[in-house]
Amino acid sequence: MINNINNTNYTNLLLRFLLYFILIVFVLYYLLPLFVMITTSLKSLEEIRTGSLVSLPRNITFEAWGTAWSSACTGIQCEGLRPFFWNSIFIAIPAVFISTLIGALNGYVVAQWRFRGANIIFALMLFGCFIPFQVILLPMARILGLMDLAGSITGLIFVHVIYGIGFTTLFFRNYYVNIPNELVKAAKIDGATFLRIFWSIFLPLSLPIIVVTVIWQFTQIWNDFLFGVSFSQAGTQPITVALNNIVNSTTGVKEYNVDMAAAIIAAMPTLIVYVFAGKYFIRGLTAGSVKG
Amino acid sequence: MDSILKIKNVNKNFGKISVLNDINIDIESGDFLVLVGPSGCGKSTLLNCIAGLEKINSGDVFIDNKNMSDVAPKDRDIAMVFQSYALYPTMTVEKNITFGMKVRGITEDVQKEKLKEVAKQLQIENLLKRKPGQLSGGQRQRVAMGRALVRNPKLFLFDEPLSNLDAKLRVEMRTEIKRLHYDLGASMVYVTHDQIEAMTLATKIVVMKDGFIQQIGTPAEIYNYPENIFVADFMGSPPMNLINATAIKEKNHYKINIKMEDGSIVSIKEKNKSKLPEDLLLGIRPENITETSLKNKQNCHMIRSKVDIIEPAGSDTFVVTKIGNTEVTARFNSETQVSIGSEIDFVVDLGKISYFDKLSGQRI
Repeated sequence: MINNINNTNYTNLLLRFLLYFILIVFVLYYLLPLFVMITTSLKSLEEIRTGSLVSLPRNITFEAWGTAWSSACTGIQCEGLRPFFWNSIFIAIPAVFISTLIGALNGYVVAQWRFRGANIIFALMLFGCFIPFQVILLPMARILGLMDLAGSITGLIFVHVIYGIGFTTLFFRNYYVNIPNELVKAAKIDGATFLRIFWSIFLPLSLPIIVVTVIWQFTQIWNDFLFGVSFSQAGTQPITVALNNIVNSTTGVKEYNVDMAAAIIAAMPTLIVYVFAGKYFIRGLTAGSVKG
Repeated sequence: MDSILKIKNVNKNFGKISVLNDINIDIESGDFLVLVGPSGCGKSTLLNCIAGLEKINSGDVFIDNKNMSDVAPKDRDIAMVFQSYALYPTMTVEKNITFGMKVRGITEDVQKEKLKEVAKQLQIENLLKRKPGQLSGGQRQRVAMGRALVRNPKLFLFDEPLSNLDAKLRVEMRTEIKRLHYDLGASMVYVTHDQIEAMTLATKIVVMKDGFIQQIGTPAEIYNYPENIFVADFMGSPPMNLINATAIKEKNHYKINIKMEDGSIVSIKEKNKSKLPEDLLLGIRPENITETSLKNKQNCHMIRSKVDIIEPAGSDTFVVTKIGNTEVTARFNSETQVSIGSEIDFVVDLGKISYFDKLSGQRI
């Protein structure tokens, strides 16, 4: 009997050890590229050429970061990522804000003001999430042309808002559908209007799902390349397009350290958003069972 | 007295499914109307129609003699308490209670005054700064009632307000609602599936089933003279016993025969009914079947039968036996000495028997 217990203890210990071992291996596997990127970005070109890929930098230098930010060449222009970083900010922030607001309103209507055909409209919006980017490129280019928004930041905001509505509506609808409809009834009897109920009762309840939607939309819009490359022109390209240009348009020696620094800069905002709001993200995704 | 709520020929359907059929109800100022019935009988839908939260398909709803059929809920001068309390989760108790007044543009001084008054009345003064999430079920219920009270409406509507509370609290809140009704003299419509709540609270009960009204009456009428076997079975705990019997016409009276399990026949004389169908159901409340020693009244009939089960319930003891081919529950004194398996005499109070037509289920 005692032997048995000891045996199971040993087996448990072994399994636990195995579990951690596997987890650590995977963590290292995933972190290795980041490690290489960071160390490479801190090395001088000389050191990259002579040293090994995974070795730590002997002399830490931020020169490559400076170059990537303000003087790397993206084709004929040599101003680094800076202007394109701001382009992306000017595209992402309004697009995230507008698509989240529209999604919240849509979700509120579809979940709480059940009207004839509400389900069909929701299903169609959901379908919008699955339309591949490629399919809408040409029609969208035509429409942007007609709206006189071709190649402009406003045009890109418009595209991202339209494309994001499906997702944001889905998020908010699934969140609001768990809120008892009696809340709307009570507010109606209290005399509150459609918008008043949304503003005073539903929006204050929505922080977790707003965080989820904002992270999702921000990541999508910031990382977008296809729309960015299709619907922009020289001065309005987002950072993803610029990053591609930096990496692809160098002549002569490949400046790996600059490429790596540029890539990290381009990825930084989404990382920051996730680090700061990540715990709300997880909470928001599992918030279905929240009771008032 | 003035009519405070009048429901006239109201019909309601969701698509092809008809949920309310030709509903007619009239209550007077100060009445406590309880809509009772099993789930899916349409009682909550009817309440929502009174509130204006659901549109009716035909008919009219009058509140205080004004036709409200096409009036928005906020303009019907009503207040409603919901089953899930429906407190606004992000607002404090205070804000919850004053939200309606704020929306309607009532000045802050009046808001404060009313809030104070209601908080005192419901003893929730110490909770005003809390959020609903920090309150217990009973406290939330009080706040929900406070939100209704502060409006001082013509008509209070309650949608199963107690069914989320535990048994003890439910009884407490029941008493409190009754006291509130008495103190305010307000008119109330109350939906429940709990027939005890209906009996204790109502001045008038509407029993519903499948979208039809089965019976309207005072609690005593409903209890003692159920219109049909559904009402007889639904109201009362344990329910009314329904015993199969046949009626045979004799010279100036009916002989009612109950065929017992062993083949013997128990006969009862019925002189008061002039016309009875052949196949009958005898409706007898458990308290009208008692033990020999406790009944000295006339107009009783003794039936000898075997005790199957004894269920002590504190104040009473329920004894289950078989009369005819149906199980029958009798209400005995709690000090009864009967034991399972013994043959005893059950005394049936003939004056309290209800007769139902077995085919139509209607009272005769």
